[in-house]
Amino acid sequence: MTNQTNQMITAHGLTKTFRSKGQTVEAVRSVDLSVATGELVAFLGPNGAGKSTTLRMLTTLLPPTAGEAIVAGCDIRTDPAGVRRRIGYVGQGNSGGHTQRVRDELHAQGAFYGMGRRETRARSAELIESLELAQVANRQVQSLSGGQKRRLDIALGLIHRPELLFLDEPSTGLDPHSRANLWEHIVELRRATGTTIFLTTHYLDEADQLAERVMVMDNGAVIADDTADALKGSLAGDRVTLTFDSPSDAATAAARIGGEVDGADARVVTVTAPGGDRALPRYIRSLSDAGLEVAAATHRQPTLDDVFLALTGRSLREEAAAPAASAEELETAAA
Amino acid sequence: MNTISPAAADAVAADRHAASARPTGFVHDTATVFVRESRPLVRDPFSVIFSLVQPLVFLGLFGPLLVGAAGGDVAATLQWFVPGILVMVALFGTASTGANLLFEMQTGSHERTLVAPLSRSALLVGRALKEVVPLVIQGTIVVLVAVPFGFRLDVPGLVAGLAVLAVFGVGFGALSYTLALGCRNRDWMFWMVHQTLLFPLMILSGMLLPLEDGPAWMKVAAAVNPLSYLVGAERALLAGDFGAPAVLGGIVAAAATCAIGVFVGVRAMRRAR
Repeated sequence: MTNQTNQMITAHGLTKTFRSKGQTVEAVRSVDLSVATGELVAFLGPNGAGKSTTLRMLTTLLPPTAGEAIVAGCDIRTDPAGVRRRIGYVGQGNSGGHTQRVRDELHAQGAFYGMGRRETRARSAELIESLELAQVANRQVQSLSGGQKRRLDIALGLIHRPELLFLDEPSTGLDPHSRANLWEHIVELRRATGTTIFLTTHYLDEADQLAERVMVMDNGAVIADDTADALKGSLAGDRVTLTFDSPSDAATAAARIGGEVDGADARVVTVTAPGGDRALPRYIRSLSDAGLEVAAATHRQPTLDDVFLALTGRSLREEAAAPAASAEELETAAA
Repeated sequence: MNTISPAAADAVAADRHAASARPTGFVHDTATVFVRESRPLVRDPFSVIFSLVQPLVFLGLFGPLLVGAAGGDVAATLQWFVPGILVMVALFGTASTGANLLFEMQTGSHERTLVAPLSRSALLVGRALKEVVPLVIQGTIVVLVAVPFGFRLDVPGLVAGLAVLAVFGVGFGALSYTLALGCRNRDWMFWMVHQTLLFPLMILSGMLLPLEDGPAWMKVAAAVNPLSYLVGAERALLAGDFGAPAVLGGIVAAAATCAIGVFVGVRAMRRAR
């Protein structure tokens, strides 16, 4: 059965509640989402926001408490086997068995998906080549570096050429070089095959660089859903900073352009403006027409962290540094 | 951005579905899991030998003491002691196999198999069946080591004895996996249960020392210990005495362990997430 619509994922009211020691924790609260075929969507949020729990429901690892979802044309509740056949899943952990050899693990994975022996071998060779695993193909997984293990995880997730690939925190724990390398592979995969990719991340730059659309999740709910640029434009806006020679000039200028006086000696005016790079020369022109000399000017584009700050009043950077109890811990405690 | 034409995309989709439509039944899945689990053994046969250290230590260091206590008849002592060592191989080898699953649960390997379109029962049964491989190899080595010292080898008896042990091993391995699935990320709990049960089970089976001279409560404990029946059956079978009543007891004990182990194991795996 092929997809009738061009939606790869649709979910309505997806909810997961964990019960632990008399406490009820709503890890995911009535999430609606849709991902179109061929899209690359990032699920951004701090640890414990419910991203992985949502992912685990969509991949049939966890039954939802309420709600429904159609993934790759199959209902996660009534046809989990159909979902499993059609999706690839790369979880948070490393999925190669420690004492297994890289190539053996790929061959086993092909057999798991019902692929024939020849097909599996050919596909494994292809993935070993494209994910730069040739040098370690006959080594035990435990001897691999973090980046190599992660590339193996992706190869394992792709063995059966899934139409939809889930990536849960793909670059967590990798050094900057390995992260950049991994991103290149993900981008190349998209370019070459058009595979739909749904990934979770708590890295701002990962969502910003990879995703065509970002869904921001916090406290079990999706609180924003748009392209990174649109989110930054609508929620955070560009910041323009103008410095003047005297506090009185600054005050006059602030009143004229609707900014706020800032800085230790009250000579700095900041203003939030959409399309700040274009607004900046306009401000300077209009202020000099009024006889106000701008001493220095900067323009900064907002980051997704500014977006998160605007939405929640908290910085995602700090959240990532001090993770809350993750859903997985709750799940373990509840079991 | 995607340059694939609609027709080509359809062909790719059809191809994908042809691949995914291949039947993957319980037997296929079990065989697949079995092959994956056995591969490290094939790649690194030394690991099978390495886990023989403990039983061989018992054979080499405990054996001579038994010989002394029995009055110096080495061959007769070995005839009594080697079958017990075989049961020890089966017990220790399979009891800790759950630790492998525990480890795979803590990395992402187990989760990967849960997302794959595999029968959950096969995930358990394939793993449990793998236990047969090291068990048979190790059991054979132990017997061969004992032969030069006067152990009388009865080949049909050994084959039958290993077969009964294999059935037991599948069941006990399944129980170990069940324990791992229950412990999740609590390693300490797995090893605590493992250690608490293993040594009493071993000693109260008459595997190392005869229980005939022990206190009554020990004999009662031995009577409810399936391993006692297994040890009795192995002693009879390895001596070639197929008709001994102990043989039936051992077969029943092994079959019961297997049935219970696989039943609870499959149930636990079906609930795993």
